[in-house]
Amino acid sequence: MSTAAAYAVPDLAAHVVQAASSSPGAFFSYFLDNRARTLDWLWAHTWLSVVPVLVGLLLALPLGWLARRYSFVYPPMMSITGVLYTVPSIALFVLIPPLVGLDPLSPLQVPIALSLYSTALLVRVVADGLAAVPQDTIAAATAIGFRPVNRFFKVELPIAVPVITAGLRVAIVANVSIVAVAGTIGMTNLGLLFDEGFKLSTDTPYYPPIVLGIVLCVLLALVLDALVVALDRSLTPWRRAVRR
Amino acid sequence: MIRFDRATKKYPDGTVAVDELELEAPTGQITVLVGPSGCGKTTSLRMVNRMIEPTSGTIWLDDTDTASMPAHELRRKIGYVIQHAGLFPHRTIVDNVATVPYLLGTGKREARSRAMELLERVGLDPAFAKRYPAQLSGGQQQRVGVARALAADPPVMLMDEPFSAVDPVVRDQLQDEFLRLQGELGKTIVFVTHDIDEAIKLGDRVAVLRVGGTLAQVAPPAELLSRPVDSFVAGFVGRDRGYRALGFTESGALPTHDEPTARLGEAVPQGHDLVLVVDGEQRPQGWLDPASARGTVEESDLLRGGTLATQGGTLRAALDACLSSPSRRGVVVDEQGRLLGSLTAREVLDLIERDEEPA
Repeated sequence: MSTAAAYAVPDLAAHVVQAASSSPGAFFSYFLDNRARTLDWLWAHTWLSVVPVLVGLLLALPLGWLARRYSFVYPPMMSITGVLYTVPSIALFVLIPPLVGLDPLSPLQVPIALSLYSTALLVRVVADGLAAVPQDTIAAATAIGFRPVNRFFKVELPIAVPVITAGLRVAIVANVSIVAVAGTIGMTNLGLLFDEGFKLSTDTPYYPPIVLGIVLCVLLALVLDALVVALDRSLTPWRRAVRR
Repeated sequence: MIRFDRATKKYPDGTVAVDELELEAPTGQITVLVGPSGCGKTTSLRMVNRMIEPTSGTIWLDDTDTASMPAHELRRKIGYVIQHAGLFPHRTIVDNVATVPYLLGTGKREARSRAMELLERVGLDPAFAKRYPAQLSGGQQQRVGVARALAADPPVMLMDEPFSAVDPVVRDQLQDEFLRLQGELGKTIVFVTHDIDEAIKLGDRVAVLRVGGTLAQVAPPAELLSRPVDSFVAGFVGRDRGYRALGFTESGALPTHDEPTARLGEAVPQGHDLVLVVDGEQRPQGWLDPASARGTVEESDLLRGGTLATQGGTLRAALDACLSSPSRRGVVVDEQGRLLGSLTAREVLDLIERDEEPA
């Protein structure tokens, strides 16, 4: 974070309460003092976590289908997406604007980078989910007279849902944490709380913004994860029927 | 009618799966394709609905070249049943059965009510309709598979080892019900199996294929057993083919002897010879050894294991009744299961020999 600290320094002097910064009281008073601003950041954080996963899923569906359909596509696609995922997020945030011709501080660089990460993660998930659909079922669907597109949406994709939603859970939770990194380059989200905590800790440690950031990130991740689980359950009634 | 007209399937690596197959599956009959692994039986079946496209040759469905219409349209006219049923795990049983009608644009209500009828027809409780495939046993799933194949009332059905993944008892049941169903429906069926016994039991005609995808012999089962064309077919139909062939020979009126009987609940008769025990309606229950029973005849005293031959049944059933009987006297009953009398294996053999004399 220190490398990016110079980017944007919000005026924070008014909020500084140096004494007893590790007590719960200091934490709550910090939150109440900065309620409106924090909720804005939480809201921005939520969008930044969710939308790229949806974009990633939309891109991963055809790519995953390709990797599944043409087996020679699978290894290179998995290598590329794997390498992509190992590029540090902060580097990707900085690299994207020149690569796609955006302003260096464009608000789009973060969602673009996160969409890339989500796609990278979900391509494998979609390909493996489709591969897990029993061959007998696919053969039966074809023999019955499903055309390929119809078969994909009515048979293969629904059966792959459990694997895909498992991947979505990982992607969305990972995004919550990666989005926070973007706070350190000045993007509006809960990451700014860590930046602020860092800057206010020049002489003695000042914890409230950092704790608040962690708590909100964890809560957000839990809520989004629960939503994906709920989505999974609503799409796969047949799996619960079997467990009974 | 389905007709293979020099149908051939060659793969790019040079493997020939099916080699110039000439075969006709007559309308309303069950034609069984049987043979060892690699004989191209499944490939041949899958060429009919173009799951596999022939390299050369033509497959005719009545007067239509199957290659002349879009594959999905062809497939919707052909019922298809596979080994593990291949049901859609994410759909309820009733929706699985109604799949083809849905594809053909039939309304949901109509498709479902037809599906419910079919479930009953294949012997499934309508209570299963709302369940998912994984909640059913293998045998039940296979019934659903058959119902699904029948849903659009296709004139033609293809069945790829549909009963080979279930246990022998259930398989026997499914085979019997399949024959009963076919008796009602009269579909044109091509049935693939590796099990010669199944082929002989189910087929109106049995086509034996050899490795490399050529036809060795096609004949009604009795002829296949009694007159295999070559050593390959003879070896494939098996060692006890002479005995099994008797299953296709009606016995005519069996000459029976009166058989002394005892009844359940009555006093154990005197003597050393085994005595046949019947119930109040003259239905045989088992044999009794008077030397080992006391007082009255109880169920627990009975020796079971003898099969019963029905008057007018096959010579195989008659001979089996003799061979399996603890007293060596085969029990013959009428259609209602009431005792007619008994006969010995020697007498059945006489019948067989007389039967085989040129008329």
